[in-house]
Amino acid sequence: MNNEVAAKAAAKPLTTPVPQVSIPEIFWTFLLIGATSFGGGVVAYLRSSLVTKHAWIDDKEFVELLSISQTLPGLNATNMAILIGDRLRGIAGSIAAILGICLPGAILMYIVGMVYREHGDRVLAVAALKGVAAAAVGLVLATTVQLGRRSLAHVYDLLFVVLTVIGVNRLHQSVPRVLIVVGAIAILWYHPRKQEKGT
Amino acid sequence: MNQIPALVRVFAYLSLLTVGGGMAAFPELKVLTVQVHQWLTFPQLVHLYSVGQMAPGPNMMMIVAIGEWAAGLPGAVVVLLAFFGPTALLSLIVGRAWKRLEKWPWRTSIQRGLAPVSIGLLLAGCLTMAKAAIFGWITAVIALATLLILLRARVNPAFLILAGAVIGVLAFVH
Repeated sequence: MNNEVAAKAAAKPLTTPVPQVSIPEIFWTFLLIGATSFGGGVVAYLRSSLVTKHAWIDDKEFVELLSISQTLPGLNATNMAILIGDRLRGIAGSIAAILGICLPGAILMYIVGMVYREHGDRVLAVAALKGVAAAAVGLVLATTVQLGRRSLAHVYDLLFVVLTVIGVNRLHQSVPRVLIVVGAIAILWYHPRKQEKGT
Repeated sequence: MNQIPALVRVFAYLSLLTVGGGMAAFPELKVLTVQVHQWLTFPQLVHLYSVGQMAPGPNMMMIVAIGEWAAGLPGAVVVLLAFFGPTALLSLIVGRAWKRLEKWPWRTSIQRGLAPVSIGLLLAGCLTMAKAAIFGWITAVIALATLLILLRARVNPAFLILAGAVIGVLAFVH
């Protein structure tokens, strides 16, 4: 315990000081990202705005927060908003950040939903939506492949990927059941002792 | 009938399944919103999800439309709170504890173990959606072309989805 406190005190001057950012500034910056990040990949937009343009956090911390976001349930974009907002101004900062990043898309989809309900069965809309849905499948597959390239390291990883897909799509098990069963096997597979041997 | 309690339950539950991304919850989203509660049909869900890929911001904002269909403006607000509230709280708590967890050896094990499972869940979501969206060679070519272009070039995906819409109109309007 004492060691930990000492370690923390020693580490403190090394970490970059958190710049004083106001709540409206946080809200506005995340609102802008929420309104302009067309085509997905919000994380890239976050990085260029918060790390490069504003220098609110450094790249190393950004990457660390991203790894927390990816492990936890929740979308990367909103988890990042919470984590960065908290670093900048505590809970109020988190709320400002997640509201800002969600509002533009939420309002847009609210309107889109109403328009689709009224006009979605028109001949032109039906045809266009067939093309849109097919392209969206390509997009989500591409996102998954890119994420996989970065996060999969071993052949065993592929086995866990395949087990998960079979569990959901072939055996028709519910997502939480597959998540818990395959997740537990994978976590035990990479249990701490194995880690030490590996490195 | 008041749908608000059901909306809260469904979307709070779904939010905890989005490990790796929103797509991970898609198979369960389909079962609950289409089969159990019948707020919309499966083609409608696929359409909303696909159109939602063009919207800026976090890519699951189509859930707002489901909330609005089921219970109007209050439904939309409730869905947002239910879907982002639980994971936001979890991020806040774990984010603050993360540094202290550094010495905990299982932290790395959990990260390493969940990475392939989350990829698997995303793929399973893609396959569930593909079953509804891919029929015949034209849609297969659109999906494959989008995938290959995105893996090889830096193009804004929103343009490719728009291109899909144009091809859809050209191919399917008789």
